Amino acid sequence: MESSPIDSSSNASSGLSSSTSSPPHSDRDHRQITLTVTQLEQLKVEEKVSEIYRILSGAPAHTQTLMLELWRDKHIEFLTRGLNQLGPTYRVLDANRPWLCYWIIHSMALLRESLDIEVENNAVDFLSRCKDINGGYGGGPGQLPHLATTYAAVNTLVTLGSNSALLSINREALREFLLRMKDFCGAFRMHHTGEMDVRACYTAISVASLLNILDFEITKGVGDYILRCQTYEGGIAGEPGSEAHGGYTFCGLATMILINEVHRLDLTSLIDWVAFRQGLEFGFQGRTNKLVDGCYSFWQGGSLFLIQRLLSIAENQIKSLPMSIEQEQLSMEGNVDSAAFTVPKPDGSQRQIHYFENKDAGKGSATGLDFIRTTNGGPLFHSIALQQYILLCSQVLEGGFKDKPGKVRDHYHSCYCLSGLSVSQYSFSKSADSPPPPNAVLGPYSNLLEPVHPLYNLVLDKYYKAHEFFSVMS
Amino acid sequence: MSSDEDEWVPFSRRPEWSDVKPVPQDDGPHPVVPIAYRADFRETMDYFRAVYLSGERSHRALNLTAEAISMNPGNYTVWYFRRLVLEAVDADLNDEMEYINCVASKNSKNYQIWHHKRWLAEKLGPEVAQKELEFTKRIFAIDAKNYHAWSHRQWVLDALGGWQNELDYCTELLEDDIFNNSAWNQRYFVITRSPLLGGLQSMRESEVSYAVEAILSNPENESPWRYLRGLYKGDPNLLICNNQISGVCLQVLKTKHNIIFPLSLLLELLCHGFQPSTEFVSAVEALRTSVPESSSTSSLANTICSVLEIVDPIRSNYWSWRRSHLPSQVC
Ligand SMILES: [Zn+2]
Repeated sequence: MESSPIDSSSNASSGLSSSTSSPPHSDRDHRQITLTVTQLEQLKVEEKVSEIYRILSGAPAHTQTLMLELWRDKHIEFLTRGLNQLGPTYRVLDANRPWLCYWIIHSMALLRESLDIEVENNAVDFLSRCKDINGGYGGGPGQLPHLATTYAAVNTLVTLGSNSALLSINREALREFLLRMKDFCGAFRMHHTGEMDVRACYTAISVASLLNILDFEITKGVGDYILRCQTYEGGIAGEPGSEAHGGYTFCGLATMILINEVHRLDLTSLIDWVAFRQGLEFGFQGRTNKLVDGCYSFWQGGSLFLIQRLLSIAENQIKSLPMSIEQEQLSMEGNVDSAAFTVPKPDGSQRQIHYFENKDAGKGSATGLDFIRTTNGGPLFHSIALQQYILLCSQVLEGGFKDKPGKVRDHYHSCYCLSGLSVSQYSFSKSADSPPPPNAVLGPYSNLLEPVHPLYNLVLDKYYKAHEFFSVMS
Repeated sequence: MSSDEDEWVPFSRRPEWSDVKPVPQDDGPHPVVPIAYRADFRETMDYFRAVYLSGERSHRALNLTAEAISMNPGNYTVWYFRRLVLEAVDADLNDEMEYINCVASKNSKNYQIWHHKRWLAEKLGPEVAQKELEFTKRIFAIDAKNYHAWSHRQWVLDALGGWQNELDYCTELLEDDIFNNSAWNQRYFVITRSPLLGGLQSMRESEVSYAVEAILSNPENESPWRYLRGLYKGDPNLLICNNQISGVCLQVLKTKHNIIFPLSLLLELLCHGFQPSTEFVSAVEALRTSVPESSSTSSLANTICSVLEIVDPIRSNYWSWRRSHLPSQVC
């Protein structure tokens, strides 16, 4: 078990002061007179964060407990207000209203706050007005159907969880919509003639898996596209050639798991890249040498949470390290139906390597459930440190969460900070829904949120209900 | 803001729109996440819905989409409809490019705008390649890591060309800020994809030198360390044979500062079969002052993980996992 960073405050402060961009050592002064933009901005954030942690470590125990408390009532107040009324400046999110629904309603579910039946019905009614007659959901009533808002709408309806919410989804039309959004290369476009990227692939596959409409026609070619997006750094980019990025890494990894092709990724370099994104501020950054941001608590922390259940596949890849990944993929293509194949070891002997059977690709309807039943190997990130960043640097005492100190709160960061907080609280739990040991939760144990299903970012109980509901439909 | 509102003339008072009946948004009786729209926004969208639903592809419809976009550039339905109108009225796409550049300068982090630019540039063809590259340059002058702008630039190079000065441009950006990982990523893109440079194989040697130099001037900079590894992606046998790579690890380790990246790369080399000389062993041994004695008989890879568990506490779980799953030949 990890110790709390506040108990070992030397970690925090020494870590921060010996940081990558701290003022240069005197013996190097002659060449590091001017710092680059990256270094200056990093330094500013580190100073703000270390000031907050200094206050924490200097405070008496009862003040520390208070500082580390999750302000549930304030968050619920902020979220409820948004659900009921948003100001005129929100017009820039007028094509994202199902997202606003999901960010708010999922956050409330994480806080175990149930909605009035009336509000629930209003949400179902509103989302059916965003539904396109030919399948999919748009960003508001009458708007063109879009994959991201379709994902947000379906996840909201699953979170609401009533029969009328789940029945309001037209699965057949939605499947047709997904197929219309599929490019000939296999990847998905966000909307008719819209942009094609890893986000589009994830939102399409997540929705299809959840609604039990995932089949080979939908998954065909998706894995090839995601593989092309894994970069030399190890993370996944939005498009082939772009920079490894936390949001796309989560989307790409979750997609590959959902279509049963995760063994095709170079998991060792992916894990290494994500693990290195947690920084001296204790939160995650989205890309190498970028600033920490609370929303990556979920995108990166969630990726590592997924990886906790993939360790045996990663370990198999390590065992076969002397053979290059490229060679492995060539072997895979020639052996798509065999679960095991032999590779020569350097000493001339042979070793059997077991992989997931590739022929299962596309039969993914049970994957979401199977996945959370696999053993949890413990976190590869510092889950207590991450909780400290979320509670002290992202939490807004008036309610809601923000990117980092100095920024303002919003519903997006509230959703992904809370999701990241849940993921880190449950990272030591042996099974998906067993409560974590007390020392896995930073602050009072009442900070504990509901557990999520990390592939869909849905509260686990809501996922179970939907899975049961849709599994009987063909 | 307020002056905009003063000048704004409601559609209902514009004679050229008198034939159109606005279509209100169907929010239902009790919508959730309702937005308190200002009157100008509401009315503009009501008229937009009217022309969108009637499919009117006219110049006034084009102007209307511009008004709607100015109030919410994230409305992809408006952009989509604008493209239909542009095609139908046979608009001058160079004018459109000027317009979108103006919008993009103010909203450089919006998917719709960059998608629209890509659509336009594709229609206009290779003759706009240089202009598009110049435009992204102007964005990078403000935000050198703008993700959308980098994607656009890569698409332009791939689809329309303009590779001639790209490696120099990367060098220029890295001279400004050697920590700019987007510029490193672009560098990798250029050396692997440019039709003018002969691909990774022929660039490898000079790029190794470039990265090593960057490491030696800022060993705490993660970007060149990852770049160095990336140069041998899928080719581990060549990675472990390059003395410059093992050499830079050793050189930085000996300073005893910024040891996380060189230790991590050395571990990588060992896992792929690198045979360390005694110099490497003693350089690592010199770092393990605080590591418990019990591990004194362990392998070099094992020692590296143990050192990293201590000097890189935020990743101690990760290093301990790495330690317990080393490839059998380095255990
Ligand atoms: Zn963020």
